[in-house]
Amino acid sequence: MIDGFLALYIFMLAAFTGKEIIGRVPVILHTPLMSGSNFVHGIVLVGAMIALAQADSTLAKTIGFIGVVLGAGNAAGGYVVTERMLEMFKSSKDK
Amino acid sequence: MDLHETLIWIAKASYFLAAVLFILGIKRMASPVTARKGIVQAGIGMVIATLATFAITGMHNIELIVLGIAVGVLPTWLWGKKVAMTDMPQMVALFNGMGGGSAAAIGAGELLKFSNPSSGEHALVTVALAVLGALIGSVSMTGSIIAWAKLDGRMDKRFTFPGQQVFNFLVFAAAVAAGLALIFWRVEPWLIVAFFALSLLFGILMTLPIGGADMPVVISLYNAFTGLAVAFEGYVMNIEALIIAGTVVGAAGTFLTQLMAKAMNRPISGVLFSNFGGGGGGEAIAGAQKPIEASDAASLLYMAEKVIIVPGYGMAVAQAQHKIWELTQALIKAGKEVKFAIHPVAGRMPGHMNVLLAEAGVPYDLIADMDDINPEFKTCDVSIVIGANDVVNPAARTDKSSPIYGMPILNVVDSRQTIVIKRGKGTGFAGIENALFYADNTRLLYADGKEAANQLISELKAIEGGGGH
Repeated sequence: MIDGFLALYIFMLAAFTGKEIIGRVPVILHTPLMSGSNFVHGIVLVGAMIALAQADSTLAKTIGFIGVVLGAGNAAGGYVVTERMLEMFKSSKDK
Repeated sequence: MDLHETLIWIAKASYFLAAVLFILGIKRMASPVTARKGIVQAGIGMVIATLATFAITGMHNIELIVLGIAVGVLPTWLWGKKVAMTDMPQMVALFNGMGGGSAAAIGAGELLKFSNPSSGEHALVTVALAVLGALIGSVSMTGSIIAWAKLDGRMDKRFTFPGQQVFNFLVFAAAVAAGLALIFWRVEPWLIVAFFALSLLFGILMTLPIGGADMPVVISLYNAFTGLAVAFEGYVMNIEALIIAGTVVGAAGTFLTQLMAKAMNRPISGVLFSNFGGGGGGEAIAGAQKPIEASDAASLLYMAEKVIIVPGYGMAVAQAQHKIWELTQALIKAGKEVKFAIHPVAGRMPGHMNVLLAEAGVPYDLIADMDDINPEFKTCDVSIVIGANDVVNPAARTDKSSPIYGMPILNVVDSRQTIVIKRGKGTGFAGIENALFYADNTRLLYADGKEAANQLISELKAIEGGGGH
């Protein structure tokens, strides 16, 4: 188990990182970035996979299975739409 | 180290790598030049993390895990590939809701484990974070689904009833009470069920009264919610990558939500707890709207040196962005300086308009943000407003009684001539008359956006052809 204060430090540093990163984003990229960050929290899939692996009762397996399906959907869908949006950003020099 | 320990070490090292790739990826997405590489990088991180997880899960329930991934990935991948660009906001809402649901499911699974007496004592903070993550994840899931339904036009109206806010608050209070009971009293199965039912219900109730125009702020908020839920469940599951990725998204999402709300001059509390004043207020406007024919509008453009195009969501609805780009190319060929001015909340999400223009092929260096372009309207010969209304309404600067007073706007009213392309004489989303449309130097071209752009292109060609070049 991660020590409480260590977790708190991770939490704090990651929070500042998140704010710093988005502070420099031009407005034109806000929608793709929201979509991109939406993809990144698809990492929840990893947690759901481990939860399902630990499940032994039918109920626990059902809940874990739902978690994996939803997490995988978040990751896959989030990636595809972000990639499609960003693919279109070209400068006039690229053409 | 035995084999089991080695596998766990490999997984943990991969999670570390994934966390680095996520942060670098998001950072690269912050610039149009590297954005494409950024998402690919984050994608590689996700694949590495997912594959490495099999080192921890081993063969236990592996067929269920693989099946679950397949069931989750295939339909969303195919759907995401073919959905139209105008529908992107609701897709983001839907995928975000799935992430929230996944975090809530993890919370449910952990609480179920804790409810087994043989599982022993649990640290208070672990139970508390499992509950908090589950609450936030549940609200984010059902809330995002309602947001999706509204944006997708499956649910048009704001749903309100007398005493709604009190009722919503009571449901929220009951969900929190059930959560506190789980943390400080005991983890009972019936209590878990009640807690989730109340949390899921609150997500629906909270989103029902919010109008379509406020949805970008709400989706951004739920995106941040899901991030936090993932971070909390990551602590419970003891996976650092979830804590880091979830927190980064939670913080970035919260900050983005503030930026959006500020651009719309709507405090976040106002979006969530009050309904947008539907019309009313504001001074009456004297004068009349002055129409113009496409041929005369084309001559105005022909004589101009500098043209600024101000698109709004109406342009996207009319699917006029491709024709507008054609018109722009014709103008550039004729030696005009052309720029696009984008209001931060044009479209349905900040930056949505840029995506729609990019899809039509408009290079991003022709597109300017509000703060950069606003001083330029004074030196602009002709502004073309297409499908935008409230974001160019000068009442936001001058009329204190107007509901949109104080909202930052594009200063189109400063340009020498303005052509407004509009289907009819109606008002914008806020239901407010727009003084710009009655200004002396404004002319209205009443037509569908696509049709108007078409007419302007052919009239321009006619002028050039007949102009004796």
